[in-house]
This record gives sequence, C-alpha cells and structure tokens, in this order.
Amino acid sequence: MIGALDSHVPEGPIEDRWTRHKFDMKLVAPNNRRRFDVIIVGTGLAGASAAATLGEQGYDVKVFTYHDSPRRAHSIAAQGGINAAKNYKGDGDSVFRLFYDTVKGGDFRSRESNVYRLAEESVNIIDQCVAQGVPFAREYGGLLDNRSFGGAQVSRTFYARGQTGQQLLLGAYQQMMHQVALGTVKLHTRTEMLDLVVKDGVACGVVVRDMVTGAVTSHSAHAVLLCTGGYGNVFFLSTNAKFSNATAAWRAHRRGALFANPCFTQIHPTCIPASDDFQSKLTLMSESLRNDGRIWVPLDRDDTRSPDQMPESARDYFLERKYPSFGNLVPRDVASRNAKAVVDEGRGVGPLRNGVYLDFAEAIGRVGEATIRERYGNLFDMYERITDENPYRVPMRIYPAVHYTMGGLWVDYHLMSNVPGLFVLGEANFSDHGANRLGASALMQGLADGYFVISYTLANYLAPLLGTRPVPTDDPAFIQAETSVGDTVARLLSIKGTRSVDHFHRELGKIMWEYCGMARNRTGLEKALSEIPALREEFWKDVRVLGGAALNQSLEKATRVADFFELGELMVRDALHREESCGGHFRDESQTEDGEALRDDDRFAYVGAWEWTGKGVEPALHREPLDFEYVKLTQRSYK
Amino acid sequence: MSGNGVTGNGDGAHPTIDIVLHVWRQAPGQEGRMVTYVEEARGISPDMSFLEMLDIVGERLIAKGEEPIAFEHDCREGICGSCGMMINGQAHGPERGTAACQLHMRKFRHGDEITVEPWRARAFPVLRDLIVDRQAFDRIIEAGGYITAPTGAAPDGNLILVPKESADASMDAAACIGCGACVAACPNSAAQLFTSAKLAHLNLLPQGQAERYRRTQAMVDTMEQYFGSCTMHAECQEACPKEISVDFIAYMNRDYVKAQLKNRRLQGQLAP
Repeated sequence: MIGALDSHVPEGPIEDRWTRHKFDMKLVAPNNRRRFDVIIVGTGLAGASAAATLGEQGYDVKVFTYHDSPRRAHSIAAQGGINAAKNYKGDGDSVFRLFYDTVKGGDFRSRESNVYRLAEESVNIIDQCVAQGVPFAREYGGLLDNRSFGGAQVSRTFYARGQTGQQLLLGAYQQMMHQVALGTVKLHTRTEMLDLVVKDGVACGVVVRDMVTGAVTSHSAHAVLLCTGGYGNVFFLSTNAKFSNATAAWRAHRRGALFANPCFTQIHPTCIPASDDFQSKLTLMSESLRNDGRIWVPLDRDDTRSPDQMPESARDYFLERKYPSFGNLVPRDVASRNAKAVVDEGRGVGPLRNGVYLDFAEAIGRVGEATIRERYGNLFDMYERITDENPYRVPMRIYPAVHYTMGGLWVDYHLMSNVPGLFVLGEANFSDHGANRLGASALMQGLADGYFVISYTLANYLAPLLGTRPVPTDDPAFIQAETSVGDTVARLLSIKGTRSVDHFHRELGKIMWEYCGMARNRTGLEKALSEIPALREEFWKDVRVLGGAALNQSLEKATRVADFFELGELMVRDALHREESCGGHFRDESQTEDGEALRDDDRFAYVGAWEWTGKGVEPALHREPLDFEYVKLTQRSYK
Repeated sequence: MSGNGVTGNGDGAHPTIDIVLHVWRQAPGQEGRMVTYVEEARGISPDMSFLEMLDIVGERLIAKGEEPIAFEHDCREGICGSCGMMINGQAHGPERGTAACQLHMRKFRHGDEITVEPWRARAFPVLRDLIVDRQAFDRIIEAGGYITAPTGAAPDGNLILVPKESADASMDAAACIGCGACVAACPNSAAQLFTSAKLAHLNLLPQGQAERYRRTQAMVDTMEQYFGSCTMHAECQEACPKEISVDFIAYMNRDYVKAQLKNRRLQGQLAP
C-alpha cells in the first residue's frame, strides 16, 4: 500500500522556491556522473532534450524510441507555437502572469509550485532554442517576433511558421545526435519498451522489444525517465499520430506508479470532421481560424439547403448567441461542447451531418480574400486537399476531436513518480496543465522538464547512490518481467481469432467517445464500465494477429490496444468519481442553471491518483489536496 | 464489396472506385516480389487518403488470413516524414508537394492500376514490404547537423539578431521532414538535397557560423560514404513533399569548396 502522497514542494515565497531548491538539492560531481546509468524512453521534446542535457553533463545515457529515427516523435506535429514570459512586446507579460494564466486555464486542478517553475523556465527555453539554431520568426530588425495565441491577452507566443513543434524537436534531436556521436548517449531505434522493472520498490530498468528482430532484452540503470507522451489514441480517432500509445506509462502503472487524473482529456474544436467509417485519424487545424471564422448551423434541423442558399435568418450563430462577449473565441472546451450539442440536436452539417460551419464569407467581405489568404493560406490549402472543398467559396466544416491528455503518471515536484527512480516528463506526466491546457503550452512543458528541471532533480536522487551498481539484468526481477513480456507476445500471436486489432481499437474508441468524451454522465459512464471489460475479453479471445514476432505491425498494435483497454476503463472510473465539471471535463450533473460548467472545489480540489491493485480488482484512489495560495479560486465565465 | 463500374455505398451519394494494386511484398531476409490485388482494392472511397486505402486493403487481407502490407506512417499530416513509397514510379505519388499520407484517392480514377514500391536506394535497405531503413540520414546529422550549444549556456534570445531574410531562408531549408523521397527519386540515389537542406538551415544563421566549415566538410564526407553522387537532375526537388529548392545544393557545394581552404586555415596550416 502507498502512504500519503508527498509532492515535495519546497516552502517559502513561490518566486524563490525553485531557485532556493536548486541550491538545496544534492549534486553529482562532473567526474562521478559517468558512474550513473540513465535510461530514457521516448525522443520527443521531453526525451530528446533530457537525453541531450544529461549526455552533455556526463551521465551514461541509453535512449529508446519505437520510431526509425528520433526525429519522428509526435512533438513534431505541433503547429502554433511556444509560450514564454519574455515580455519582448512590453505588453504586460511576466513570469507571474504566465503562471496565473496557466493555473486559471487549468481550471485550478494543477499544482501552483510546478506551474510557477514552468513559467520561470519558459524564458530559458527560448534562449536555448535560439542558440541551437531554431529558425523562429523574426522582425525586420532581427529581433524575435511574437503573436497572441489561444485568446491570451499578451503576445507571448514564439513561432516558426506553422511548424514550431517540428523546429523545436529538430533542435533537441540535433543536440541529442551530437551526444550520440560523442558516445555519451546510446540510441536504440525501433525498440519499444514493454515493461518497467522494479526491485524492492525501486525502478531499476526496462524490458524492451526490438521491433525488427522481435528479440526481447533487458536494460538496467540507476534511474528510468519516461518521456512517452499522451494517451489520446485510446479514442482511436484523435489528432495524435498513429503510433502514439500509453504502453510504457501503463506498464509503469501496473508496476506501482500512480496514474493521476486520467479522465482529463482535451478536445480541440477545430478539426476536420470524419468523412467515412474508414477514417484513420483526425486532422487538426490551428484554432487561430476562429479569429476570423464565424461558427454556425441551420436553425432548423430539416433545412438542408446548401450554405450559400441559406439566408441569415435561417442561421444560428450559436456561440455568438450564447456568449456575446467572447463569441467564437470562447475556450476550447466551451466551443467543443456547444458544437457537440447542436450536432446531437440533429443540426449538424456535411454529408454525414457531423460538423458545424466555420464561415469566412464575412471576413473575406471585410478585409478581402488576399488578406485572408495571407493569414490562413496554408490551412485553407490543407483543408482543400483533405476535403476537396474550397473554403474561400464554401464554409469550412469543423468538429471537435481528442487532442491532448492532461492526465498522466503522478509525479512530485522532482518529476519523480511514487516509485523511486522512475521519473516522468512531458505529456506523460500529469503535473502542469490541470484540467485543461492553454494553447502553446505543451511544447513549453516538454522542454522545461527535459532541459531545465530533470538535470537538477535527477542529480538529487542519484547523489546518495554513488558507488552502487545497477541491478544486474539476470536478477529474478528482470527475468520475471522478460518472461511476462514474452508470454504476452506469444499469447497474442497464438489467439488466431477472427477480428483485426483495428476492429477492436475502433470499437473501444466508440465507447470512449460516446461515454467518456466531451460531456459525461453517470448513466453513460456506468454503461462504459460494463462494455469495456466485455470487449476486452472478446479481444483476448478473438483477435487475429497474423505472422511472427519479427517486424509485425499488427503485433505492435495489439500490445498497445491491449493496454488501451485497461487505461480506458480507468479513465471512465476516474470520470465517474469526479462529480464536477472542470476544465475539459464536463459532467452533465454538475452545471449551472444556464448550462455552464460548475466546478466543485469543496469536494474535488485535489489530484486523483489511482493505484493498480491487480487485474479485475477495483483500483485504489489516492488524493493529493491542492492549495491555491497565489491564484484565488474563481469560476470561469465567458458570458 | 462492389463490382465493376462506379459504385455506391448504398445511398448513392458517395461513389466509390475500384482499382488494381501492384504492391512490392518482401518478408525479412527473403527475396521480394510484386503481388497484384484486385478484389481487395475494390470499393475505395475517393475521400480516403492513400494510406487509408492501404489500411482497408490490409484489413481485407487479414480477413482472408494473409498478412497486411507493412508500410511506415505515423502523423498522417505530412510532417513526421515516416511515410514514403514509390507510387506509379513517383516518390509520394503524383501530387506535387504532398507526402503519401496527404495524397487522396480522388487523384485516381476508377479502373486505374497503381504500382506501389518501397524507396529504391542501396543506402535504404528494405526491412519488410514498403518499410526501408533510413538510418544513414541520422549518421549525416550526427556528423555535424547541429550547432553546439550545451543546455544552460545560451545568451538571451534577442542578443542574437537574425535578419528576417536569413531566418526565412533558413526556415525554407529547415522544413525538410527527412522522408528520403529525394534519394528515392534520384537516378544516382544521392542525398544532396537532404544534406544541403540541413546545412543551409544552420549555415544561414549567425549562430551557425563558428562551426560552418567544419560542419559542411563532415556532413558532406559522411553523406558520400552512404549515398551516390549528384549529377544535377533535380528530380529530388520535384519529389520533395516540402518543395525544397535545389538552390541549396549549389549553396552547399560552394561552402564545401570554401571548407577545403578554410578548415586548413583555421587549423593554422595556411597563412591568412
């Protein structure tokens, strides 16, 4: 059993905590660092930046990625930008303001001290990225350019065209590859982590599978860092890359790491609706489109005229109607929920009636087509390529899609899970975004964790271990984990059922989206709690994975989907227990008279961290209470 | 599944097409061969992406008890660079500036025969079906595709002024997604476009100057260990899903010539 959760947050004024704590923590001297082995799983922003930094400092680093190259990690797909409290525009930004906006944006479900540190380190990230050659947008004088993003009232977002994530990832990847060349970082590509090894309650290594040969091997270290991203693909359709999965995090959970706030999912309002049942993923378009596009549906569900034939009087601009002051710029969760509501009423548009219009006709009339092309040309092109419709002529169709998961493995202030020696960075942890994430903040968190936090907190953990050797890989703990991985693989290959892995994944996704998506209620969640285990049982009886262990993409998918079943069930359980609406999490039972989200701070101002207690056994909930000393608890209002 | 002719999915609103697919199938360590799929490639929606079409064919093969076609993919938004295949002899298929994942079936017509093969280059050995090993690209980056800037040592971002023109040109080059289409399209399997894009990204920036000539020499020399020689066909530019210009190759060649002199001078072997 696990005792009370200690977040190890330092004391004192919030603006001094991290600085003082950096002095208080123990150090590992440069000549001793090579005596420590560190394993990093994942090479996105968090993993690559951590590997580069720890390699430079002299640790013996091993990195694992399931991609053919570290540069493919899904951080690469982030479009918009990265926030930093530089205040280069002199428009009133500060570390405190970024901290304040992030706590509020997370709807008071994050840890103040972590968020303050994130805001503090944001400025160093920009410096680091500029030094390594990230081609950020510039003013004519050569200074860095900024823009306002996601409804922020200051211009604090740095960007590299619409490819900020790509450029930041390439920066971290290149810095890491330099270390690979120097031999401080050993890189294992096409290698997937399938278990965490824990001995006497301490993380001591991983079991991985070489995806080309199928060989299962063990690797031991003094510490393991999981930088394995989010779990949005539990919904099957999401904006995540097809390979993104929860297996590393879930395996760690099954070995004792707590999973915090799993139900906190971010649904992004401006995605292209699914076109048919074969759809494999959803494409996100930058929400900057909402600056000029007007969102509407027909007033009458039976009105099937084409949009250009539809007079103003027959249109319902539902966001402008319900939220006169914010209009189409309401936060992501509000926009998403309202779009779902009108589609559920039968007023959806498009061939499958599964979208709402995002109309630029008025903006084109106001500023001209050329200006709109300048602002959104690449997005309009992408939309046309996918849908074969020209958004300069007919309104775009959009619908919400799963985008980011705020929940993740529980970590303390040191980014260490409750399992000593296991650290979790980036989207894989739960820590900084609370119940909702602000735009342009995911890149910031991944890089803050990897470049500027982990090297301090890891040294603090390792220092007392000087002189110890990692647990040898022939230890029974490793043998047991290796056997269990081998058994799972063999079992999946031997079922030889009748349905493909994708079939089961799609079905799971439908349950999750229907009952644990944008709006949730007790009846639906309880239904999901009975449907998921039934489907999981069918999966283990009837899945068809053909071929052998060597380079087998169906087998790779099968191991991931098997874990999604268990995680999906936990998400539902978490959503069921949290009888409040907050951030991206909306419970039908908890709303104001006019249908807005109603948070319940008296009962739920805590982090809900779940402990795995065995297969088929209800998990145990641990609560970490949240105190708000610096940002006063207030309900959001966008009226 | 539908028969011949343009067929519908029931409501008549979404016609589907039937195609004939010739695909390179190759198990690890074995000889490969082209296999033709007719039944499995019927009733394809024009709104599907090319990879979704391969998904469907794969599902149908699984249903028949055959292994699906293995192909690389991940983001399916044209940015991760995982996907890549020769479609009717063209890298990423017929649509200019478009990765295979963003190519849609409406670019094809009912009855079309489509040939799908892996990247063809000695430096990219086939692992299975359409999956090749592109690690040689990582070796080129390792050799010098970075600016040495250890974490923690950076000055304030605005202390380094970068003219907007330089930043924009650098970004044009940095847009490379490392997919390998340039190598696959090149009759010599040369990697000049990939290498020059990274060199231009870094060499065009003030931050990249200290290591400019060392980097250029190291990356070009490593490239030549793995890849063929450039004879300026410019097929790479045509195939590039990010439409990266061959001008960067000229830039690289110039820097490489300069590097021969500068690197010796930097080491004190020539009088300034």
